[in-house]
Amino acid sequence: MSISGFFSQLLAIVMALVLAPLLMGWVNQWRAWLQNKSGPGVLQPYRMLHKLFHKESVLAEDASSLFRMAPYMVFGCMVLACAIIPTLSTDLPLSPAADAIALVGLFAVARVFISLAAMDIGTAFGSMGARREMLIGFLAEPALLSVFFTTSLISHSTALTSMVEYLAHKEFAIYPSLAFAGLAFSMVSFAENARVPVDNPATHLELTMIHEALILEYSGRHLALIEWAAALKLFAYSCIGLALFFPWGIAEAEAPLALILAIPALVFKLAIGGFLLALIETLSAKMRIFRVPEFLATAFLLAVIGMLVHFLLGA
Amino acid sequence: MSALISQLINLFASVILLLAFAMLSQRRIINLIHLYTWQGLAVVGSTTVVAYVTHQPHLYYSAALTLLLKVLLIPYFLHRLINRLNVRWDIETLFNIPTLMIIGIILVIFAFNVALPISRFSDTIAHGTLGIALACILLSFLMMITRAKAVPQVIGFLSMENALFLAATSATYGMPMVVELGIALDVLVGILISGVFMFQIREQFDSLDIRHLEKLKED
Repeated sequence: MSISGFFSQLLAIVMALVLAPLLMGWVNQWRAWLQNKSGPGVLQPYRMLHKLFHKESVLAEDASSLFRMAPYMVFGCMVLACAIIPTLSTDLPLSPAADAIALVGLFAVARVFISLAAMDIGTAFGSMGARREMLIGFLAEPALLSVFFTTSLISHSTALTSMVEYLAHKEFAIYPSLAFAGLAFSMVSFAENARVPVDNPATHLELTMIHEALILEYSGRHLALIEWAAALKLFAYSCIGLALFFPWGIAEAEAPLALILAIPALVFKLAIGGFLLALIETLSAKMRIFRVPEFLATAFLLAVIGMLVHFLLGA
Repeated sequence: MSALISQLINLFASVILLLAFAMLSQRRIINLIHLYTWQGLAVVGSTTVVAYVTHQPHLYYSAALTLLLKVLLIPYFLHRLINRLNVRWDIETLFNIPTLMIIGIILVIFAFNVALPISRFSDTIAHGTLGIALACILLSFLMMITRAKAVPQVIGFLSMENALFLAATSATYGMPMVVELGIALDVLVGILISGVFMFQIREQFDSLDIRHLEKLKED
């Protein structure tokens, strides 16, 4: 492992940990602005994390060790995911550890643990949230995998770093299959990150909540870790989308100095992406839970059509 | 440059396929008409690009004809029709859209496989899109089968005509001008007649649900 590889890996992890809450705050701020509110400020997630880390963590009497372990597992999974996604550079020593398919598995591990922890306490809300989370997860996963299959078919590799290198270097060409995959990927990201058409991230008091129902029993540092992990997940999904469909500005192994330029490029792309996310969330209404399978079936369909179109047109 | 243009044709064809799927799963009649308009526009785009590449003037004419007919005249007529019928905000109850989508995917795979040997012998620039055109035809069929109301069925029929037009462009650079004019006139007359027909259905049954037509006598 070279020094520059080690450095870019470290930088990727640190940037993910630092930028993820900022992205969350940026999206929330834009949501507030678009609704004619003044908003809590971009730095609010940092304040919340700071507050939660200094609070006592209260555990239910019936909580098993699984309940205490789950936040660390989820947080660890998300940090690892952010480490193998080429956010700033494709020169990542950790990336051979997991390809795109293993990345989907990594997200699944986090989902299983958070759902088990939610059912562990035995409250009605927890198990309801867990079941909904699993429903969405099992529908979103095939769609996400199909998106990755399409991009791997184009780039002849399942490793995220080589996909990004290939997509960034190819001569300019219109890939209809990539357009389908991109559409499917954004739909899956909305579902997986509990954003508006599927779940409302701003509510704690609704029967329709999914993500908030899962973490209702957590407090203190556990809650902080889970909230941070949720921010990291949003960051990870945004970065996968940016890396696969807008791969410009990501540094490569031969040019370590491009890392300096990669950071503003990433921040710029994330700022636009966050604004678009807030815009879509403001414009769309939350759908009923029984419409979610339809929504995700559409995402799966788009991803599969992307693959088929690739076979038919060779592009 | 030519590679980019053929990719542009593929992109337009993919958009048409995407819109065919969107129409399959759309419940609102007003949105169906919007989707149909967009599909017509994509057909115009695709035809214009093919005309530009192959320097075939008659393709420009057929693109203009499509623009006039399928993007302006027929959607206008449909809008007037649903206003007069007072079904502008109607929502059709469609059951089990995921299953419908899966059937759609199977149809697409079937169409792609059928079209692959045919398009291999064709040397036109858009030969790759023949499979997509065939898939769109089958999807429009599926849409007509699954719909119970009269207006969406007519839109399914019109969307099939779009797909046939795309197939003709991709396989042989369009049909002769006489045939194309004839088809355009047929579609226009067809939609006029079906418009009148819809009023008759509603007069008779107080509804646009064509399942009423299955009964032979009043009970």
